[in-house]
Amino acid sequence: MDTAADTAVPPLRIGGYELASRLIMGTGGITDLAALERALVASGTTLTTVALRRWATDTRASMVQLLDRLGIDVLPNTAGCHTARDAVLTARLGREALETDLVKVEVIADEHTLLPDVVETLEATERLAADGFTVLAYTSDDPVTALRLEQAGAAAVMPLGSPIGSGLGILNRHHLELIVTRAGVPVVLDAGVGTASDVTLAMEAGCDAVLAASAITRAADPARMASACRLAVASGWHAARAGRIPRREHARASSPRVGRIDPTPDAAGEGDAHGGQGR
Amino acid sequence: MSTLTLTLNGKSAEVPAGTTLRQLVAETIGREVAVDGTAADGGRLGVAVAVDRHVVPRSAWDATVPRDGAAVDLVTAVQGG
Repeated sequence: MDTAADTAVPPLRIGGYELASRLIMGTGGITDLAALERALVASGTTLTTVALRRWATDTRASMVQLLDRLGIDVLPNTAGCHTARDAVLTARLGREALETDLVKVEVIADEHTLLPDVVETLEATERLAADGFTVLAYTSDDPVTALRLEQAGAAAVMPLGSPIGSGLGILNRHHLELIVTRAGVPVVLDAGVGTASDVTLAMEAGCDAVLAASAITRAADPARMASACRLAVASGWHAARAGRIPRREHARASSPRVGRIDPTPDAAGEGDAHGGQGR
Repeated sequence: MSTLTLTLNGKSAEVPAGTTLRQLVAETIGREVAVDGTAADGGRLGVAVAVDRHVVPRSAWDATVPRDGAAVDLVTAVQGG
């Protein structure tokens, strides 16, 4: 790095797709589209998730138009699907509607935990990868499943930090680091981010990118949190490459011990800060 | 004029016989759709159609007339994580 001011983070390649910003933003959890737009811009994101739903009489085609206007790429997800079969159909609809091979495969086991059904996710990933999709697979923080998804053709794995929308951050850092260490494809932390420090921790753990939705869209000031998360990605990415110090059991002084002035012979009689002289 | 009964986005809908998917899409979303399945106004349509759970490519909308009783799903992108 040339200067301390150089905080740029290089793009990430996911399959054949180049991700310019390593903060992928979700668009759910906010009703005010103008506020969403401000948050999207503040986040610096270049890839944003959308869901696919039946056209309703009150549907506004505004999501696609908004993202087109902002020049942000679309990552259709399969949110709401409980089976591989539904996820495959939803992914194909997303490809047709949005003209992209990218898909975030998300197969949820139940509405209570919103945890991924990894068996169905694996099957959907296998079928969609074989069908030419660039699959980003949302999964649990289980290192075994992450590897299996990669073998099934996932272009990236997206382990959760904690359940969707919980804001609990990274509950199993050890597992996340194991996933990162063993993965041959990019690892994107997905779900559970509560605030910017969670984003930094994920990047420090070696994740290649982070997806944040609720953490930004449901914050009191979404645009400000979006900026914070953008900075947090850069912060964590650089910290991960700066070689942090080892954790130590005891303190280790950073000022030299030699050359100190002689200690005061009788500190108690000097009337110092504890002597109540009111300085 | 005879009509067809479709299940459009989960609800029963009567449409004139011979209605193509292109006409159905245009009617539903209130935008003109060109023969090749793109938006006539030049913008991105952002819509996909499945008939009986099979995606019909936009290029085939103009030539596709759903059979009586077909389930037609018309989806678009909405906000989501």
